[in-house]
Amino acid sequence: MGFEVLFKGNNLIRLFEGLLAALRISFISVIISIFCGLIVGTLMTQENRVIRVITRGYLEFIRIMPQMVLLFIVYFGTTKALGINMSAETSSIIVFSLWGTAEMADLVRGALTSIPAIQYESSYSLGLTSAQTYVYVIIPQIIRRMLPLSINLITRMIKTTSLVMMIGIVEVLKVGQQIIEANRKSSPNAAFGVFATIFFLYFIVCWPISLLSKYLEKKWEN
Amino acid sequence: MNKIVRRFIAGTLTLGLAALSITGCGSAKNGTESAQAGESKKVYRTLDEIKESGTINIGVFSDKNPFGYVDENGEYQGYDVYLAERLGKDLGVEINYVSTEAASRVEYLETGKVDIVLANFTVTEERAEKVDFALPYMNVALGVVSHDDNVIEDLSQITADDQVIVISGTTAETYLEKEYPDIKLQKFDTYATAKTAFENGTGVAWANDNTEVIAYAKENAGYVVGIPSLGSQDTIAPAVSKGNSSLLDWINGEIESLGKENFFHADYEATLIDTYGADYEETLVVEGGKVE
Repeated sequence: MGFEVLFKGNNLIRLFEGLLAALRISFISVIISIFCGLIVGTLMTQENRVIRVITRGYLEFIRIMPQMVLLFIVYFGTTKALGINMSAETSSIIVFSLWGTAEMADLVRGALTSIPAIQYESSYSLGLTSAQTYVYVIIPQIIRRMLPLSINLITRMIKTTSLVMMIGIVEVLKVGQQIIEANRKSSPNAAFGVFATIFFLYFIVCWPISLLSKYLEKKWEN
Repeated sequence: MNKIVRRFIAGTLTLGLAALSITGCGSAKNGTESAQAGESKKVYRTLDEIKESGTINIGVFSDKNPFGYVDENGEYQGYDVYLAERLGKDLGVEINYVSTEAASRVEYLETGKVDIVLANFTVTEERAEKVDFALPYMNVALGVVSHDDNVIEDLSQITADDQVIVISGTTAETYLEKEYPDIKLQKFDTYATAKTAFENGTGVAWANDNTEVIAYAKENAGYVVGIPSLGSQDTIAPAVSKGNSSLLDWINGEIESLGKENFFHADYEATLIDTYGADYEETLVVEGGKVE
């Protein structure tokens, strides 16, 4: 079945190291994206035309560009054009944060516009300031509405990190390919075992996130 | 209606803006690039700078067995890596291997993110405009494998009724279409489908990179490589950033002197012999940078 190659030498440890590399990039990017996404998303609902055009342009730009192209632009392009030499990991965190922020912001925008105006008006009439209205009334409601979609985005970001192999980061999928190729002759069926294991690794990472979201949805349901 | 029109205008504006920013990026990049060329601002590290830093960055494949791959202990191995190890040793520096992909090899050198690429890098005119190739250390050409009861040793043996299998998008396809337009080609998209078709007797022969067909004939009984080398002889060579002459000269000197001790034959026997067998040693190995 091809599972035996996993127990050769340090192969299993290497897979876990690869997983850690992928998780480090995705979790840092996810945290940055949630934070910046909230800010940018709020900006997107503003009446100000200039802000709307800029945020809209940013969102569309990131959406059109394949992540792979963004990775090449940030990793190689910045060196070529500006002479900035960033590490591959920093470049990937920048790309994934830019992407995550854009998608997150759009979710925030959608959730914000779905809140009926009466919610704002009621809190203003209770004497809350604009900031208080957001913190105590609006944000708790949008977080609940955004939760399922954000979880979807986060798991998507974790899985897309496999692209960073293109700029030389050896993450879990790349380690898998290395193991399969190194054993091409001794175990030609290694692919099945290795990919099954990688599937399982992604699963044990993404499943708890789904569970957490279910738990929170239940908890906040009232 | 008014709303729809407004939305449409806004959408077009957004798209235009996005397009502008893309082309903006592009032209800015070109601008700096030409500026760099003008000032001849270097992206690479010279031989002395590498020696001083104590580490050399070498781009290799990490999943192309037997040229560059990683073994179960996490160590880089293979024909390219064997040479890399020796270069590092003779230079007296540590090696930092960078796992490269075929598509990013040129970019790595253009940005100086690696000092040398040793990743089964075929010398082509197009690439030579962007990077500097050192002396070659391996040959590549096309090869033709056929069934052992009807060995094709020359393409003239192929009759009008015969079909030759190729994989779409390979150099074998382009070469045969251009040079032998009379030969009927049966094209397949993947290696696996071509292999199955060939084994089921679809074609009299299968043309592909000679390293591929040689390895195939060695792994599968009943097939013979009748034509081990066909078409233009290409070579595999180390590459450095454009203009990095100190490093390039050092590598060239190194390859020449390694030829005296038959280094690349030893390299073949250590890394490639299991895949290609002893018969093809002279066909594939280039010793001392001299192509015969």
